[in-house]
Amino acid sequence: MRDLYELYPDFNINTAAEQEALLAHDVVVFHHPLYWYSAPPLMKQWIDLVLAFGWAYGPGGTALRGKTAFHVLTTGGPEAAYQPDGFHGSTLAEFLRPLERTMTLCGMTWLPPFAVHGTHRKTDSELEAAGSQYARLLEGLASGDLQVADLKSMDLLNDAVPLG
Amino acid sequence: MGDLLLQAVVYLAAAVICVPVAKKLGMGSVLGYLSAGIVIGPFLLGFIGEEGKDIMHFAEFGVVMMLFLVGLELEPEAFWRMRRQVLGVGSAQLLGTAFVCAAAFMAQGVEPRTSVAVGLALAMSSTAIALQSLKEKGLMGTAAGRQSFAVLLFQDIAVIPILALLPLLAKTPATVSGHDGSYLSHQPGFVQTLAVVAAVALVVAVGRFVVVPALRVVAKTRLRELFSASALLIVVATALLMEKVGLSPALGTFLAGVVLATSEFKHELESDLEPFKGLLLGLFFMGVGASIDFRLIASEPVQVALLTGGVVAIKLVILLGLGKRHGLSLDQNLVFSLGLSQVGEFAFVLFAFIAQLGLMDQALAGTLMAVTALSMALTPLLVLFHERVIQPRLGPSRAPGRAPDEVEEKHRVIIAGFSHFGSTVGRFLRANGVEATILDSDSDRVDLLRRMGFKVYYGDATRADLMHSAGASDAHILISAVDGLAETKAVVETAKRHFPHLQLLVRARHRFDAYELMDLGIKDAYRDHLDTSIRVGVDVLRMLGHRAHSAHRAGQQFREYDEAGLARLAPLRHDMKDYISSVRELIALQEQLLASDRGREPGSGDHAWDSEELREVLGKN
Repeated sequence: MRDLYELYPDFNINTAAEQEALLAHDVVVFHHPLYWYSAPPLMKQWIDLVLAFGWAYGPGGTALRGKTAFHVLTTGGPEAAYQPDGFHGSTLAEFLRPLERTMTLCGMTWLPPFAVHGTHRKTDSELEAAGSQYARLLEGLASGDLQVADLKSMDLLNDAVPLG
Repeated sequence: MGDLLLQAVVYLAAAVICVPVAKKLGMGSVLGYLSAGIVIGPFLLGFIGEEGKDIMHFAEFGVVMMLFLVGLELEPEAFWRMRRQVLGVGSAQLLGTAFVCAAAFMAQGVEPRTSVAVGLALAMSSTAIALQSLKEKGLMGTAAGRQSFAVLLFQDIAVIPILALLPLLAKTPATVSGHDGSYLSHQPGFVQTLAVVAAVALVVAVGRFVVVPALRVVAKTRLRELFSASALLIVVATALLMEKVGLSPALGTFLAGVVLATSEFKHELESDLEPFKGLLLGLFFMGVGASIDFRLIASEPVQVALLTGGVVAIKLVILLGLGKRHGLSLDQNLVFSLGLSQVGEFAFVLFAFIAQLGLMDQALAGTLMAVTALSMALTPLLVLFHERVIQPRLGPSRAPGRAPDEVEEKHRVIIAGFSHFGSTVGRFLRANGVEATILDSDSDRVDLLRRMGFKVYYGDATRADLMHSAGASDAHILISAVDGLAETKAVVETAKRHFPHLQLLVRARHRFDAYELMDLGIKDAYRDHLDTSIRVGVDVLRMLGHRAHSAHRAGQQFREYDEAGLARLAPLRHDMKDYISSVRELIALQEQLLASDRGREPGSGDHAWDSEELREVLGKN
């Protein structure tokens, strides 16, 4: 767990430390609220600096090849708003396309996001339930009960660990 | 005594009147001094007569000093890199010019021995005139400047073998080589060579191991005149030693200058000797002006004019060819060639010597001396002609200040004061590839920092002359990091008065010092503690559980408000009651602003989208 706004309050990201952390893990999860249909600024800065040419992509840029990446995000709007016929007119997967391409260009396997929708109107117990749902997803990935290949085709990773 | 004072008044008044007039007319100071000499000389006002020559002999010491100063600006590595240029261009110029001049004289039916001797003398150029013009126009760092210097340096070295060679040309071996005061002139050759090598080694060793520690002791007395005396002592002693072993004093002091170029006293020595050098050179140029024999010129005007024109033309053509072969652009080549086209002051000595050896009669010697003086007076006019007529036609992109081969040798940043504050700034800049010229007036600290590998110069940044030799005229930024308020104010005042183009970044110990500096027109003084104290505050916020990014932004915001408040409080500080109530008001206002930033403006936190507020608003709908 690397809390970027806590680690780098002045946006001065330690690229070497971040790359080291990436090398030490197989699955990279980006936690963030959806800000204007994208990641918050420090996360974008992280992508710009850490996923370096010649390291993550380009000639010799193979450091991340074969790893898995996905986003865990919260949205203000309800799930129904993120549908082709909903308020925003597109799905989360569509909004995340630039980020998806960023990760696949680095040779990573891209999974659909795990999303907690409508956070502004969620009760505490509903948030608790979403938390434990997410915990089951992580446990399944770690134990091998959930296979990356099976998850790729889903709309949201929430579907892999349905609420009880 | 009265006579001496009268003489001094004549020379000084002539200089004070003629030089500014020449400058105003766009001519260099050299032409001003020369015309001053002509005016007070025996043929116009007659204030000075034959003693003009003696004055000139004495004033030649200005050339010696100038070479010392040139050496100071040339670090040993830079000098070593020049060696090929000195040997290549220098020897080609000297031998080529001597050969062509000698051939021309022989063609006129002059005896071959005399022709060779005269040719060698005419090949010399004037260090005083060439370097003074180059320095005055700031062209020393250009390709033309470096090449000119290489040629002049070679000529200075060549003087020794030429003096040794001339007696061999004489029909009867010379009985005396009277003009040089060398102890060794009657010794066998190898003893002389040995003495020369020993003297050079002595200059290097003493310069490195005796002079610098001695200067440290002198600097500690903080008596400025004592330092000037030491500087003069170095130059005079070196010149004396060189004269005694038969080397050129100018060459010796140049060497001493190079040895001291890496020492911390470089700028201090420069600024102490600069006025002496300037005065002596001025005196020298006036002597040249006064010694132009107008009666002789009037009696054979055609011959003198032809000779002068011919010699200058030969020198010019050879120099232009050399410049072209060594890749100078046309503009730079003209600066180089015109600057060196005169016959130098050393020719006066050589002509006298040649006549003494019986190689030519006094009449010819007199004519040649007149030619030499005229050619020296001609140079500033030729340079002026180049600047006004030729250069504008070459187009602005070729102007010397912008020539592509121009090398910026001075740093753009000067740091005054290298205590903890200044050294942190300096280290940061150096880590980012920005070299700064560093001055500090504490000689112990300079010594220590030098041993730690910092290139620090001993010098007082409140002195305009010292700032000038540290390159303040060419620098862009001056950082004042000196300790006390009085010293800081003095640095600021000097800089504002003499170098108004400099951007000033000034350290203040606290807000009361900052107020004083604001009165001097410094808008943002850098208070010693401000950033550090805010950093402590930010860290405390983090330890108390605030988000790091929120704390960081709060710190930045606080500093902004505090600096804005400083400007508002500055004019109120003299009335304590007024000041205190204003401070209270302002602090209250700042806190209010910071608090409302947190509340009203979500952007000041790390979450651009404040959930609490959104919930609140959405909840109401």
